[in-house]
Amino acid sequence: MTDLIQSPQAAPPPDVIVVDSGRRRILMALAAPVGAVVFSIVASTIMLLIAGSDPIAAYGDMAKHASKLETQISMINRATPLYISGVAAAIGFKMNLFNIGVEGQYRMAAIFAAYVGGAIALPGVLHIGVIIIVAMLVGAAWAGLAGVLYTHRGINEVISTIMLNGVALGIIAWLVREWQAEGDIAQVGIGTERIDASGVLPNLSWLPETIFRDLKGTGELTGVLVIAIVVGIVYHVLLNRTVFGFELRASGGNALAARAGGIPPRRMALTAMLLSGGIAGLVGIAEIMDKGRYNPNFVGGLGFNGIGIALLGRNHPAGIAVGALLWAFLEASSDILQATQTAPKEIIDILRGVILLTVVIGYEVVSRVRSRDEATRAAARLAGGLA
Amino acid sequence: MSWYSNLRTPIRWMILASVGILALSFVEWVTGNEGLTSGGQAEATLRWAAPIMLAGLGGLFAERAGIVNIGLDGMMILGMWFGAWGAINYGPWAGLAFGVLGGALGALVHAIATVSFGVDQIISGVAILIAAPAVTRYLSLEVFADYEGGSITTSPALDSAGKFTFPFLSGGDLFGWTSPDILGWFNERNWFAISDLTEVARGLTANLSMFTVVAYALVPVISFVIWRTRFGLRVRICGEHPTAGETQGINIYAYKYAAVVISGGLAGFGGAFLAQPELGTHYQEGSTNSMGFIGLSALIVGNWRPAGVMAGALLFGFPKALGLREVGEANTTHTLLLLAGFVLLAVAASNARKQNWADTMLAGGIGGASLLWYFTSDSIGDWFVGILPFIIVLLVLTFFSQRLRMPATAGQAYRKGES
Repeated sequence: MTDLIQSPQAAPPPDVIVVDSGRRRILMALAAPVGAVVFSIVASTIMLLIAGSDPIAAYGDMAKHASKLETQISMINRATPLYISGVAAAIGFKMNLFNIGVEGQYRMAAIFAAYVGGAIALPGVLHIGVIIIVAMLVGAAWAGLAGVLYTHRGINEVISTIMLNGVALGIIAWLVREWQAEGDIAQVGIGTERIDASGVLPNLSWLPETIFRDLKGTGELTGVLVIAIVVGIVYHVLLNRTVFGFELRASGGNALAARAGGIPPRRMALTAMLLSGGIAGLVGIAEIMDKGRYNPNFVGGLGFNGIGIALLGRNHPAGIAVGALLWAFLEASSDILQATQTAPKEIIDILRGVILLTVVIGYEVVSRVRSRDEATRAAARLAGGLA
Repeated sequence: MSWYSNLRTPIRWMILASVGILALSFVEWVTGNEGLTSGGQAEATLRWAAPIMLAGLGGLFAERAGIVNIGLDGMMILGMWFGAWGAINYGPWAGLAFGVLGGALGALVHAIATVSFGVDQIISGVAILIAAPAVTRYLSLEVFADYEGGSITTSPALDSAGKFTFPFLSGGDLFGWTSPDILGWFNERNWFAISDLTEVARGLTANLSMFTVVAYALVPVISFVIWRTRFGLRVRICGEHPTAGETQGINIYAYKYAAVVISGGLAGFGGAFLAQPELGTHYQEGSTNSMGFIGLSALIVGNWRPAGVMAGALLFGFPKALGLREVGEANTTHTLLLLAGFVLLAVAASNARKQNWADTMLAGGIGGASLLWYFTSDSIGDWFVGILPFIIVLLVLTFFSQRLRMPATAGQAYRKGES
């Protein structure tokens, strides 16, 4: 922009501003997350004090617990589905679509994948492949419904995905009964038919065991981690190294300009929704592999938390990973606080909401300060250029 | 249909209600099922629709001021907890007040984030949805777990705020004097159609829970406030054209704050009602059952108008009450498929007249499937009742979205001096 304003003879803008803005930029980028963490620590300390617990002891327990290898592995296990969920939400965000429906999509995908996985018997890789493909297809289809409603009827995707979440939960409640595994309930338990060993992803416990030490059966590193890593890489490459990714970012950033540039907005929106849903379908895989079936206690809330994590990570593949690990750390901490009775573990759940709100508020404040800075700088340069 | 749109609003509502009851009577006559227009069904519909309606009215206030509030469900949860706490310690009416306060507190957070800081309204809503259940779980652990009969997920049972029966219409007491029961008199006559109608009317006017009466009394009040008062006009300006309001010297932020806090208060009332003996008997974790989202649905189906929200809530409360009244075999619910099929076929026919073939095929297809389902099955599970509101919203949005109009700037961040 400055090239346009500045005439060739004009003096360069004062260096001070440039240097200052560089340092300031780094400061600004860190301000929101760091500020949020500081605020959260203050808030949790206050809550712990109100609850009559010793905050120092609680933080000590959390730190000690998190430094154990077993805890770190369980943190990665917990972070894996959260990360996938975060990426699913982030794809929507990049297109300026709010896919609140990850919640319904992953659960719908999970029950279908578990049912199909339990009904068929195939050799290892094929069996796992079928389960994964079914999950992605069902997730994509469920999100695609919202996508079609958006592109062909102009129905706001937030509303339609909220409604589809409700529908999904009802349908699942019905399917769980319809697809109850055959045999005596006391023996087989409530849930779909168990998936044969060939359909279960092998764990990665050998990895920490060769690097660190023998786990002695105290924990397993989930094999779904590989899927999560692949999802992260594909997301990064797709977004930053392909034409499609460019078009997606362009449409999300400025729909009108993208459209004028010949990018079909409807097709982009529908593709983004299908992709987001397809990834969302993978969120439940970790739980299916862990339990070998879908049952009524299937883990919920991963979708909503994924949205939060995508926001924490600013839709960046690495940022989302940090967010997912932070969430997993909080979950692991809540377990240890429960076990040692140092503090009520519910405080940790509240912290999630506090962190999320403070981070988004922080980002908002930073972006306001930034745009004000930019305006000041532009004015200064303009003044310098004209002088 | 121009004669219809020329009528006065109350008359149109009456016609609509009569058509609804007639349709239900018709379905009863076809299927030989008597449950749809019983007085008990009418009363239960009114009761179960109330929290949905309150959440919807809450959404209405916020969205009229330009703030989308998808955290309604979280605010209901807060309202339910504080409502139960207040009711246990200070009696049912204090419970109502505390419930309103609890919901309003949640809304205040939403207002601070969205109005003062301009955070995306959906994001802030999601944060509240995540945080609210955690907050109540924590509070339950600290408070209810120490009460007798309470735990970290439930509170002890609550006392009712009492019942109310309209005098004269249904023979309620008036200053200690028992008035004549006019509708009951008609009921006993067993006259065709008339007795059906009076039975429904008596269900709607006799033995209502006090909270139900208060909730429905709020509808005309809110309608008046929104459409006829200076406050309402200013709230609507916030949602339609805040910069125009700014030039008039209106403090947009203040009105947005007020509207959002009222919104949470209404959702909190809905939550407090859910803990009442007439509905849930006590605070129970997870018992809002997405009712906040159903309230949001009522708001959309009701086209962001108070009376419309009420109609939408009744529409969703009806199958809910139906499903709860018949435990086990959901036979009456099953007949709803027939009704839905007919309605969708009518939609298809009206689209065919307009030569809108895509909609005709879609509506006809879904309607036909619904009828096919009805004739090939004898019952339907309670799960269907649960998803009905969401399906109805999706259908309404699909076929009637041109007729819906949400406030122009709902969902957009507003900053003073920026236009």
